[in-house]
Amino acid sequence: MTTTAADQLTSDTDERIGTTALLPKLLKRPEFGSIVGAIAIFIFFSAATENFFSIQAISAYANPAATLGIMAVAVALLMIGGEFDLSAGAMIGFIGMMTALLINNGGLAVWLSMLITLALAVCIGAFNGLVVTRTRLPSFIVTLGTFFIVQGLGLGLARAVGGTTTIFLSERFEGQGFFKAIFASTQWEGVRIPVFYWIAIAVVATRLLLRTKVGNWIFSVGGDPNAANAVGVPVVRVKIALFINVSAMAWLVAMFNTFRFESAQIGTGVGSEFEFIIAAVIGGCLLTGGYGSAIGAAIGALMFEMVRQGLAFARWEADWFKLFLGILLLLAALLNQLVRSRAEKART
Amino acid sequence: MSALLEIENISKYFGNVIALKDVSAHVRAGEVTCILGDNGAGKSTLIKVLCGLHKADQGHYRFDGKLVEFESPRNALDVGIATVYQDLAMIPLMSIWRNFFMGSEITSGRWPFSRFDVARAKAIVVDELARMGIDIRDPDQPVGTLSGGERQSVAIARAIYLGARVLILDEPTAALGVKQAEVVLRYIVEAKKRGLGVIFITHSPHHAFPVGDHFVILRRGRVHGDFRKDEIEVERLVYLMAGGIDLDNLKSAIAEAEESVP
Repeated sequence: MTTTAADQLTSDTDERIGTTALLPKLLKRPEFGSIVGAIAIFIFFSAATENFFSIQAISAYANPAATLGIMAVAVALLMIGGEFDLSAGAMIGFIGMMTALLINNGGLAVWLSMLITLALAVCIGAFNGLVVTRTRLPSFIVTLGTFFIVQGLGLGLARAVGGTTTIFLSERFEGQGFFKAIFASTQWEGVRIPVFYWIAIAVVATRLLLRTKVGNWIFSVGGDPNAANAVGVPVVRVKIALFINVSAMAWLVAMFNTFRFESAQIGTGVGSEFEFIIAAVIGGCLLTGGYGSAIGAAIGALMFEMVRQGLAFARWEADWFKLFLGILLLLAALLNQLVRSRAEKART
Repeated sequence: MSALLEIENISKYFGNVIALKDVSAHVRAGEVTCILGDNGAGKSTLIKVLCGLHKADQGHYRFDGKLVEFESPRNALDVGIATVYQDLAMIPLMSIWRNFFMGSEITSGRWPFSRFDVARAKAIVVDELARMGIDIRDPDQPVGTLSGGERQSVAIARAIYLGARVLILDEPTAALGVKQAEVVLRYIVEAKKRGLGVIFITHSPHHAFPVGDHFVILRRGRVHGDFRKDEIEVERLVYLMAGGIDLDNLKSAIAEAEESVP
């Protein structure tokens, strides 16, 4: 354990906190549950199956965990900021479809199509954020509306322009090698490049949350927007930025999918919006905002996919997955609730 | 010495409701001005005008002798007017140090690598609270684990540290027990000694009298008396607060009515 300057300073002035044990400190971290859970699940499936820790197995759950994890991290930041985004899943399919339509049917350059859809994603995020902050409607209902809007708009445009709900990119699109390399290449023994994005994003988001001014703002706007506003935190700007971040990440995941499969399907991502929220909750986020962890959400996504792939490795019916998921979610929510009530209990 | 903060004939209307009418008050550096009023007297509206949440419809607001107009609490904070609210002073789930620097985070390094200087923040919190006589065990403690009085005290220490020149306290003792209220009152005196102008809004004359230099009594959105400490006793304050004037008026009206009866 490293000792920071502050630790030393406080232990000089106050002898009572000189020897805080590591374990109680860890117990207070919001991501603690997800780390213990992930280790437990890894050990369980490693014992129950033949080769759960082989590199093939690791890539089998790390690859899906990467795309889930990138979204879960963005959703976790938004949830800590006190809002939900139910349109996050449908947006992946919508943005992928729009990109493919622009390249294939619009005849635009790949980079230009990507820029246009990134701008589109930013606009959708800004729309969600603006409507939520201006009207003070619950984000749950606003983004449920956006969910249907992007799904319907995507389906309508795909059929009207492309004539189908699945658009394939033409055999050799311009810059194919480059875009495949940065969004869809296999790096090492089946581990694809999104895994590295996932790790980088989790690290950057964690640093942002814990070690920057903006991180403190995110906690405060989720904890109590009125209190935050009263001390000068730009509540509206923070919330809108968090919504935009979710849609920008949806764009990134859409790029992974589009260049990997060289096609776009409108249904992609629909239904996964709850998986993002589940991963964030497993990672320690409270549904009520103001508390949670970015790295926890990334680990929550890993845990999620380890269970899903573990069942396959153990040759159990995939039907059992939802049962596991439900139990996992309830346990995580209970644990979070416990941590929260301990934190909020007034000492009089 | 001229007033640090001064309002003159401030009026505020909500539709056809007159929340404040021709309210004047001032505070000098190193003084405590108490604004006393019962429920519905307009205390909350006055605070919101002072801290920048509402704009007055009429009247002048001067800070440091200059006319000011605030768009948001941020503007007021920037010139040095800090407000400690009764209920929304602190976020329970956040640690003491995060709350302390909320909205005024200290950073080190340059963008995009600038970071919230956590080590320094924690050290400052422990140090500043110790200077105010508040002893905390661990700055990482969530504020929710502090008692109501401790929360108010931390909020006052925060405002002083962040360079406030005027401290506006909204009913800081209202929800507190006798002992806790006493602690908060001591910090008010401490802030005054450090040269801040303190505006102490309360409905308790017994809390206001020991610490106040000036007493402004607010009733039904209007000023019903403005006294220096040497002009008034606590009994008189209680009397005025409790609607004594209305009772006197009523008595004399009855007396007049009886006299006019032949």
